[in-house]
Amino acid sequence: MHELSIAMSIVEMAQEEAERRGGVQVQIVHLRLGRLSGVVKEALLSSYEMACASTLLEGSQLMIEEVPVEVFCPRCEAPRLVRSIQWFRCPECDTPTSTVIRGKELEVVALEIKE
Amino acid sequence: MNAEPRLVEVRKNVLKQNDVTARALRGRFRDAGVLAVSLVSSPGSGKTAFLEKTLTLLYSRYRVAALVGDLATENDAARLARSQVPVKQIVTGTVCHLDAAMVQHALEGWDLNTLDILFIENVGNLVCPSSYDLGEDLRLVLLSVTEGEDKPLKYPTIFNSADVAVITKIDLAAAVEFDEAAAKRNIQAVRPGMEVFKTSAKTGEGMAEYLEFIERRRVHSRAAAAV
Ligand SMILES: Nc1nc2c(ncn2[C@@H]2O[C@H](COP(=O)(O)OP(=O)(O)OP(=O)(O)O)[C@@H](O)[C@H]2O)c(=O)[nH]1
Ligand SMILES: [Mg+2]
Ligand SMILES: [Zn+2]
Repeated sequence: MHELSIAMSIVEMAQEEAERRGGVQVQIVHLRLGRLSGVVKEALLSSYEMACASTLLEGSQLMIEEVPVEVFCPRCEAPRLVRSIQWFRCPECDTPTSTVIRGKELEVVALEIKE
Repeated sequence: MNAEPRLVEVRKNVLKQNDVTARALRGRFRDAGVLAVSLVSSPGSGKTAFLEKTLTLLYSRYRVAALVGDLATENDAARLARSQVPVKQIVTGTVCHLDAAMVQHALEGWDLNTLDILFIENVGNLVCPSSYDLGEDLRLVLLSVTEGEDKPLKYPTIFNSADVAVITKIDLAAAVEFDEAAAKRNIQAVRPGMEVFKTSAKTGEGMAEYLEFIERRRVHSRAAAAV
């Protein structure tokens, strides 16, 4: 379980940002989470509250947008969404591919703050 | 005072610090011409045994060293030290994976120019290590014949993040009715094109093929360091 340490990094980042803006109150943290990031959404959500305890972020909410896995198909010469992360093949032509374009994100994209 | 919440863009990679440290390590390995190879697997798949065999077989021809991560003990380092190469244990405590900073810290005081190949055994875990780049050139994922052919499908992220798969404990294959074709099919499903080796640390079977591969890769890193 590394979701707690990830949650703590997220809180730390948001806190820094809030402090930089003069100690504003953060209500929502928006996160993009790739399905190949190695981080489990549910575990991250439950760790988040714990990570927020007695910080500026206490009471804030984590909103996760999951990013599907997109690969590059060498045959179609086009980006394609894989059907499942257990099947790295082009959904159109069935060509195997390991070239991942998207899906590893673990990124704080925005904060909703109250001044 | 405005009561309306305001949306501010941030766009920051949560693992940025790790990625920066890993990139710096990769640069140091490249400059020193060191091939860095990490090993991941579930607990007990045979990483330490495989590494012990590897070190013993390489030690007369290459300057090899190993870092080994473990939650609580120094047992693995003690086993590896028998191969007479420099070994350092990284006790991670409650942390279930190595990260780039731990590797950087463990390497303090080591002159990378005195090494040819550095092996890094990660904590036995098929989940957490996948998110952390260690600056390695090659990530090996080990799968023992005793743990089931469907591990790649259960842990696709770590298999996908690896460069090479090694099927270990092949001496036990018959006893556990290991279905090699199924294991390979599952590996290819989650990471098409991945090279797969079969080895036994006990009998030494398959070690030569795998070591040839490592040596080929080392020639590449040497060439890259020279330019
Ligand atoms: N028969 C057989 N047993 C093996 C082989 N490799 C490892 N083992 C046994 O498997 C067990 C676990 O091996 P380790 O090398 O400690 O595995 P590990 O992956 O380093 O374990 P952790 O670091 O605890 O995750 C030990 O009892 C080894 O003796 C092999 O090739 N053949
Ligand atoms: Mg071990
Ligand atoms: Zn296609």
